[in-house]
Amino acid sequence: MRHVTRKERREIRFFRCGGATSRPNADAPTSSPDSIMEPNPKPNHGISAYYQTRAEHHAIISGDWLSQAQAAAAAGHPPEEPPASAAASKPFSVIDEFNHWRRKPDLAEAVAAIMALVAGIRSSDATTMMELEIELKKASDALKSWDTTSISLSAGCDLFMRYVTRTSALEYDDFHAAKLRLIERGEKFGEISLKARRTIAMLGQDFIFDGCTILVHGFSRVVLEVLKLAASNRKLFRVFCTEGRPDKTGLRLSKELATLGIPVKLLIDSAVAYAMDEVDMVLVGADGVVESGGVINMMGTYQTALVAHSMNKPVYVAAESYKFARLYPLDQKDLEPALRLIEFGVPIPAGVEIEKSARDYTPPQYLTLLFTDLGVLTPSVVSDELIQLYL
Amino acid sequence: MDMRRPPRTVSDPKVRQVGFVTPSGAPPTRSLSDAPTTVAAVASAASASSPPSGEISLPGSSLSPVMIPPPRHASSDGRPSAPVAVPNPASSLRRESLRIRVGSYNASEVVLGTPPSASPSSRTDNAASEFSEETMSPWHGRSGTAKVASSFPGSTSEMIVMKTGVGGGGGAGSTPKSPLTTASVVKTLPGISEKEREVLMGTQNDGAGVSKTLKEKTTKAERRAVQEAQRAAKAAAKEAGAGVKPSAASGSAVVANTKQGKIVKPPSQKKDGPQIAPPSGSSEKKVVDRPPEKDRKKDVPAPRMQFDDKHRVEKAKRRAVVNQFEAKNRVELFRHLPQYIHGTQLPDLEGKFFQLDPMHPSVYKVGLQYLSGQISGGNARCIAMLLAFREAIRDYSTPPEKALVRDLTAKISSYVSFLIECRPLSISMGNTIKFLKNRIAKLPDTMSESEAKYSLQSDIDRFINEKIVIADKVIIRHAVTKIRDGDVLLTYGLSSVVEMILVYAHEVGKQFRVVIVDSRPKLEGQVLLHRLVAKGLNCTYTHINAISYIMHEVTRVFLGAASVLSNGTVYSRVGTACVAMVANAFRVPVLICCEAYKFHERVQLDSICSNELGDPDVISKVSGRQDLNHLDNWADNENLQLLNLSYDATPSDYVSMIITDYGMLPPSSVPVIVREYRRENLWI
Repeated sequence: MRHVTRKERREIRFFRCGGATSRPNADAPTSSPDSIMEPNPKPNHGISAYYQTRAEHHAIISGDWLSQAQAAAAAGHPPEEPPASAAASKPFSVIDEFNHWRRKPDLAEAVAAIMALVAGIRSSDATTMMELEIELKKASDALKSWDTTSISLSAGCDLFMRYVTRTSALEYDDFHAAKLRLIERGEKFGEISLKARRTIAMLGQDFIFDGCTILVHGFSRVVLEVLKLAASNRKLFRVFCTEGRPDKTGLRLSKELATLGIPVKLLIDSAVAYAMDEVDMVLVGADGVVESGGVINMMGTYQTALVAHSMNKPVYVAAESYKFARLYPLDQKDLEPALRLIEFGVPIPAGVEIEKSARDYTPPQYLTLLFTDLGVLTPSVVSDELIQLYL
Repeated sequence: MDMRRPPRTVSDPKVRQVGFVTPSGAPPTRSLSDAPTTVAAVASAASASSPPSGEISLPGSSLSPVMIPPPRHASSDGRPSAPVAVPNPASSLRRESLRIRVGSYNASEVVLGTPPSASPSSRTDNAASEFSEETMSPWHGRSGTAKVASSFPGSTSEMIVMKTGVGGGGGAGSTPKSPLTTASVVKTLPGISEKEREVLMGTQNDGAGVSKTLKEKTTKAERRAVQEAQRAAKAAAKEAGAGVKPSAASGSAVVANTKQGKIVKPPSQKKDGPQIAPPSGSSEKKVVDRPPEKDRKKDVPAPRMQFDDKHRVEKAKRRAVVNQFEAKNRVELFRHLPQYIHGTQLPDLEGKFFQLDPMHPSVYKVGLQYLSGQISGGNARCIAMLLAFREAIRDYSTPPEKALVRDLTAKISSYVSFLIECRPLSISMGNTIKFLKNRIAKLPDTMSESEAKYSLQSDIDRFINEKIVIADKVIIRHAVTKIRDGDVLLTYGLSSVVEMILVYAHEVGKQFRVVIVDSRPKLEGQVLLHRLVAKGLNCTYTHINAISYIMHEVTRVFLGAASVLSNGTVYSRVGTACVAMVANAFRVPVLICCEAYKFHERVQLDSICSNELGDPDVISKVSGRQDLNHLDNWADNENLQLLNLSYDATPSDYVSMIITDYGMLPPSSVPVIVREYRRENLWI
């Protein structure tokens, strides 16, 4: 009994709610025009939808990205509510719904997944909890199989499913009350996600000290939040950004940091070892945190961590706890391959193969600490949290 | 053992004084935390002080810091004043934590509370030390109580009892005291106030006297008074001189205060006396405290008997059914382990069949099978044992005037000790026995005998089914996801789960190759090889000598385990550590497959402190090689000792993943499983 209650508490922690449904931040500068032009791209075979979205949101697609983004912002966001008539007119598709939410640049993928599932609940005509659960299970399976490469997507689905089973089993006799509760909680999840980011920023900025040099690889909203908060706390530090080929995420991040007045230096990806001497810590985000405590993140994180480890520099990972996934990769190839298109700018000679993987797995022994909304964790605690959440 | 203890204890008087003190020493602890004097000062004072009687001080010193009982009296006694004036924050903190520990201990005691069992068999011979054991027990963790108890020579027990009494006095009023306590308290009474006064006068300057005097008196009121005085003194000191140095004035103030306080003391002490020791108290205490203690002893089927301890071995021998022969040429480092005895007792045991009336035939059979090695492997032994117990329970009938719960528990215990004589228990069996005994203990009194027996039998069936059979299925399902086409899987020895995994992966059409690594003398790998080849798997067979050669082509290492300990250490067939280490060096992931019921909360760092010795003869002979006869008469050579270990401990660093029925986990998560599911396992 005791541990059930503890799990319950944990559950509550995950679903701790704030106020109203989150909406995409209006001041978020980018809403890439591409995504609007192409409304619902099915992931063409082999190409990871997750990483495509990431590229759209975080990468620099052209030089004058800022003006483009501003133009897009001025043009207004796509309608925020899912087309209400859609449910009535055509059969509800959880994937369409998910794609709709996924477009929003400030919305995490897991949040989008939960939003989609909530929409599924709303449009469901199930009359018992069991029915609803089965429906949801189907929906989440569909979502997961639609994009097998997205860890946040499956983690979000799992988390919500977990919550649904718990809720139905526990408190509510009345089905409608339970349903409403689920919808409410799901809608608040966006809020929770933002809150988590703030919590992480609070925890993470303590590790940034005056005069330190931070190496950042990839673009992560959480990492940006941490750096922002540290800068606003008048900490003096400088940041090395890796270029982040092929998405050039480093350019975007360096631009953001430069506007905050943080000294930034841009490195090409292959200069990580060269620059590591000067670096005091490595700070990365994560696409997913796996059970071993390792992280899955943009290609290049592993080598960065390896270099840092061999030079005894701490490697910190900032990740929201909803990115924790019940996965346990043993090595790099033990993951669903997430491929993406890579442009080299010049024609590739015939017969040359290209490594297209978009992400790699960093084993826990190369990580120092994880900044999460559950606190600052060592990698081995991740598994404890997952066990308590899912078992 | 007794001989060994005293010197060690005497050698470290400081530890004793800081932690807590001798019988009447309990109060000083209190004063320690509250007095403005520093801990160090008190410690030095204490070591300098000459205790009233030698035998009291000696045991006091014999308590190692580990054994420190939390000053219960302090917690309750200090409650009114505790937050007020505690000049030394560190010590107050410590007391706080101790208090918490007391609480939690009691709570768990309630949870674990098992019916008292009255059989005196498990009591220590020395009545005195036993007494001390049971009185001490509430303050120590579950582990190590037996050791604590036995480490006190008989004479010391008195002191412990006294302490207990004192401690308990402050604690919950319900805690009964032993008559001994009161007696000694009263005895020390008269001298106190005089001495104390003197010392207290001296105290403020050098702090030397405090603990000494306080040691000799005991009651709440006294302590409170002293505390009050000290508090006043401190306040005075603060006002007087910014608190840099307690001035002489403040010192005198203290003395005055203390004197006032002392007036209160004697009566309260007298009052305390009778309260403390109602004669019924001690018996009640026995009832309250012993069961868990005994339970502990029985539950953990003492795999840790130290076989280099002569007394114990003697005792064990007297009880033994199986004839124990002295093994020759024992290896120095492993003397503490049960020595392997030549298989000669098998016919001997068979002859005893009709003498062993209390032994159920099925248990007897299983025991012989263990002895002869017909049944080996963690799961197989466990299932065989459970089935034998099940049969025994089926045929069991409660003798007249006995309670099923107790009698059956005793029966099972006797079976278990028989099985231990046949072969040391595996950890999995230990856990299983714990489970079974728990079930027996939890049987409601209202249940009729046949119902109880039926429920126990179905519990056993369920345990086998849920914890072993289904668990294996889950493990297989998880493990198969980690096998990819084209893999080369390496396994060592014979593990039933790994065998099932390989067969299943083959059945679902995965394309892979298996490397079976084997080692002398058991050559269990050949059994696996035989079975796998019969199923049509592509296998390579090699001995462990070639491990570094073969490892470079391997992509996954699957290993079974006898147990996984809570620091992630994998306890398994000897040679496993070597395989895992080589795999780690070659960057090949090592996957350990182990059912969660084999997890154990113990921590082990090496393969020495707990292991099992096999027959040394089998490593000296190679079957089929008559020419290798160099070791034929090895036992005659005193300079030669053969070591045939059965298990080894693989450090968690070499383990990439542990696959259990709760999923795939890093080795660092074993304690989480143990913590979260241990209770559930016991209850199902």
